[in-house]
Amino acid sequence: MLDLTWLLIAVPLASSFVLLLAGKRANPWGHWLGVAASGTAFVVGLLAFIQMLGLDEHDRSHAVHLFSWIPGGELNLDAGLLVDPLSMTFVLLVTFVGTLIHLYSVAYMEHDPDRRRFFAYLNLFVAAMLLLVLADSYLLLFVGWEGVGLASYLLIGFWNHKPEYATAANKAFVVNRIGDIGLILAMGLMFAYLGGLDFQTVFAAAPEATTAQLTAIGLMLLVAACGKSAQFPLQSWLGDAMAGPTPVSALIHAATMVTAGVYLIVRSAPVFEGAPAAQTTVAAIGAFTLILGAVIGMAKDDIKKALAASTMSQIGYMMLAAGLGPIGYAFAIFHLVTHGFFKAGMFLGAGSVMHGMSDQVDMRRFGALRTAMVTTWVTFGLGWLAILGVPPFSGFWSKDKIIEAAFVGEGAQPWILGGAALIGAGLTAFYMSRLFFMTFHGKARWTDGQHPHESPALMTVPMIILAVGSAFLGLFLAMGDRFSTWLEPVTGHAEHHEPVLPVPVIMVATLLLVAVGAWIAWRKYGAADVPETAPAASLATIAARNDMFQDSVNRGVFERPGTHLTRTLVYADAAIVDGAVDKTAHGFARTGESVRKTQNGQVRSYALTMLVGLVIVILVVVQGGL
Amino acid sequence: MVNAAMFWIIAAITVIPAFSLLFARKAVHVAMSVVLVMVGLAAAYVTLGAPFLGMVQIVVYTGAVMMLFLFVLMLVGVDQREELKETIKGQRWIGLFTAAGLGAFLVSIVVRTVLPVAPTGVQGEPDVIAIMLFEKYVLVIEVLGFLLITAAVGALVLTHTPRLKPRRTQLEVQRDRVRVGADPVNKPMPGVYARHNALDVPALDPEGRPIEHSVSRVLKIRNQTVEGEQWRAQLEDPSRKEGDR
Amino acid sequence: MDPINFVILASILFAIGSAAVLLRRNAIIAFMGVELMLNAANLALVAFSRIHGEIDGQIMAFFVLVVAAAEVVVGLAIIIAVFRARQTISLDEPAELKG
Repeated sequence: MLDLTWLLIAVPLASSFVLLLAGKRANPWGHWLGVAASGTAFVVGLLAFIQMLGLDEHDRSHAVHLFSWIPGGELNLDAGLLVDPLSMTFVLLVTFVGTLIHLYSVAYMEHDPDRRRFFAYLNLFVAAMLLLVLADSYLLLFVGWEGVGLASYLLIGFWNHKPEYATAANKAFVVNRIGDIGLILAMGLMFAYLGGLDFQTVFAAAPEATTAQLTAIGLMLLVAACGKSAQFPLQSWLGDAMAGPTPVSALIHAATMVTAGVYLIVRSAPVFEGAPAAQTTVAAIGAFTLILGAVIGMAKDDIKKALAASTMSQIGYMMLAAGLGPIGYAFAIFHLVTHGFFKAGMFLGAGSVMHGMSDQVDMRRFGALRTAMVTTWVTFGLGWLAILGVPPFSGFWSKDKIIEAAFVGEGAQPWILGGAALIGAGLTAFYMSRLFFMTFHGKARWTDGQHPHESPALMTVPMIILAVGSAFLGLFLAMGDRFSTWLEPVTGHAEHHEPVLPVPVIMVATLLLVAVGAWIAWRKYGAADVPETAPAASLATIAARNDMFQDSVNRGVFERPGTHLTRTLVYADAAIVDGAVDKTAHGFARTGESVRKTQNGQVRSYALTMLVGLVIVILVVVQGGL
Repeated sequence: MVNAAMFWIIAAITVIPAFSLLFARKAVHVAMSVVLVMVGLAAAYVTLGAPFLGMVQIVVYTGAVMMLFLFVLMLVGVDQREELKETIKGQRWIGLFTAAGLGAFLVSIVVRTVLPVAPTGVQGEPDVIAIMLFEKYVLVIEVLGFLLITAAVGALVLTHTPRLKPRRTQLEVQRDRVRVGADPVNKPMPGVYARHNALDVPALDPEGRPIEHSVSRVLKIRNQTVEGEQWRAQLEDPSRKEGDR
Repeated sequence: MDPINFVILASILFAIGSAAVLLRRNAIIAFMGVELMLNAANLALVAFSRIHGEIDGQIMAFFVLVVAAAEVVVGLAIIIAVFRARQTISLDEPAELKG
């Protein structure tokens, strides 16, 4: 079965092509084909997983050679798949959550005339994402990387008849391109310094490379990861990406694609091992983004944007963990998996709420939905408890480990990173509780004519399954360090380090902060009345509402100077380079003009010239000594 | 040594007509002057001991080349007048100055040149020339033959006009004439059916009426015709004589 | 009288011919100027033949004569062709050479 993993990519891809090419005649059954393709991929993945479980721990890395891709001189690259515990984790996450979301979308997109196209894009995304995680070389990974970017662009702009949605898609695409440039540069550096692009060559050569070289590669990889995973300073696209249909937000912009950056960092562990500076940068970026995302999340009134900010923050946790080295890799992936479940579940819950509330997204117009949507309330609630890190729900097992790991180290670093992670946990508790209470508790603040109702079973069943995952997956995987052991062949065995604070102290502090955050949120948004329009607020809140003015900052720091620089360059080009060329050309033209006058087309004039020449020649000959 | 009087005569009949090239208005006058120049040159050749060349000069130049020029002049029309106003700025004065300068220059050089003159010049009699041509210069003669043939063919090609439209037959010409309402037949000749065959007498139709337009328009304008009435009257009264008019 | 005087005469005729080429716009007249220049050269050749007492100069003049005849034929044919195309033989008309 492991050799058949190419089916994982081929089946959704083929389905995608069929759906795109079949046209309208596929409308009646197209969505089920999409679900079937995704489900098939999950089954294949599951079988491969079972087979892998039966293997010895050290044989679990399985290479599948597909075909010779770039057979050229120094760059001799084969297209192949690398099936190991890390990629298998992703395969299962992507196909399982993906299949659930496919199912959910069948109902959610029921009244959309373009449902078939939507499923084609979803399948395309699944194929590209699996290619990304299964690739055995950076270049093939890059193909998948671009593929998910394309799918993300197509799905964000799925309702592109609305200009702002199309703009959001463009924004996501452009910001992602910046990250892609980082990946391309990283590949160029790898080829130059490490002599290859496939993981095997790169990782084998990494220990011999100098720290500076590895740091350069690592930082470029970090740029790529920041672009894809919406980390500071490339995070601005994620909030706007919520323009896409909610299942897309759940699958791509919460559970899977945005975590590709974390995957890239963890996969490139051998590179980062030799580049402590790059590693620290990764951790610092993660820590900063987790605070930034949390702060933005505290002020958002749009339920999807609040969840997007939360995603940003949670990925910040993962990046922080990935930046800690071997002790963090497993926890990063662990948190990635649990987050994939509870965040997808919450997004689907948000979609369910929107479904029942006529696509209303403003939380200030929700409230008291727990009675109207019991299933949604329960499933969302489980996700909420999971993200808060309340034991024994999933989030607790993964996030707490990350916080612990962040406190490991020497000097000021553990205090800064650990403190950020700790504060982040408190902030997370506040904003997620705020979201939860504003939506499901308090008084109804619905706009007129709203009749909230529970979603159909096709939507609630995936939510329930994900909620179960949110509740118990963490516990299941954490017991006996199952997950860490499973990933050990890839991430390497982590020496146990004692945090600078005792583990119980950290845990208690975390839970205390979470409780405080949740309590404040209850006081402000659960027990008290919530105004229907956003009240005037402090500067900090306004800043957070506006994504910390990220767009303005981008505009001010990059776009404006960029525009001016470009204008200056254009002017300089026109005035100096073109000017010189033009002046030269004009000079020649003017010379030509003056010389042209002698070419007046009159034969007699030419005859005169000839005669004058003759006279001059005779004169020269005679005077010159004849 | 040559006869001085001969030289001066030759100089007069070459240089003076040659100036017509510069000043004569009509191309025909120029051509006739050049004929005179050519004759003068022929005389010069004879004087210089080249009688055969002199004869050839007269035959070729005055007889053939200049006549060809006249033919072409007739073809393009003798009234191809030339604007005497110079159109190219400075052309006239610079041209004149340069030409005069060239002449002065050549003359000054030749005047300063002293060459020993052979005491007895050779006489270019036909037999001498022929021997030279067909012994020493036979190859050149052959090449010149090629040149002449090429020139002849070239002239034919250059003056040939390809027929671009199909030839109009007489039938088509006739139809066109009828279409525009012209006389379907030729105009009757004056004097047909008349008692007179003079050009100024209109023809008579079968009924004996005079056809006015059979008389040339030009004669009418010049008032050189006889009015038809007179002849009608004569028909009615045969006793009247022709001489009465 | 020294035959060199004929060379002087030839020089003068040559100058007149060249002036005709430069000044006259009627192509035929300009062409006659060319003919005059050729004949001036011929005269010089014959004069030198007399001076040197060699017959070759006359032969050269004969050749020039033949070439001039060919040249006249082609030249006049060109004038006719130009006249057909433009209804004029003015040398100022064809200004296609204008740069």
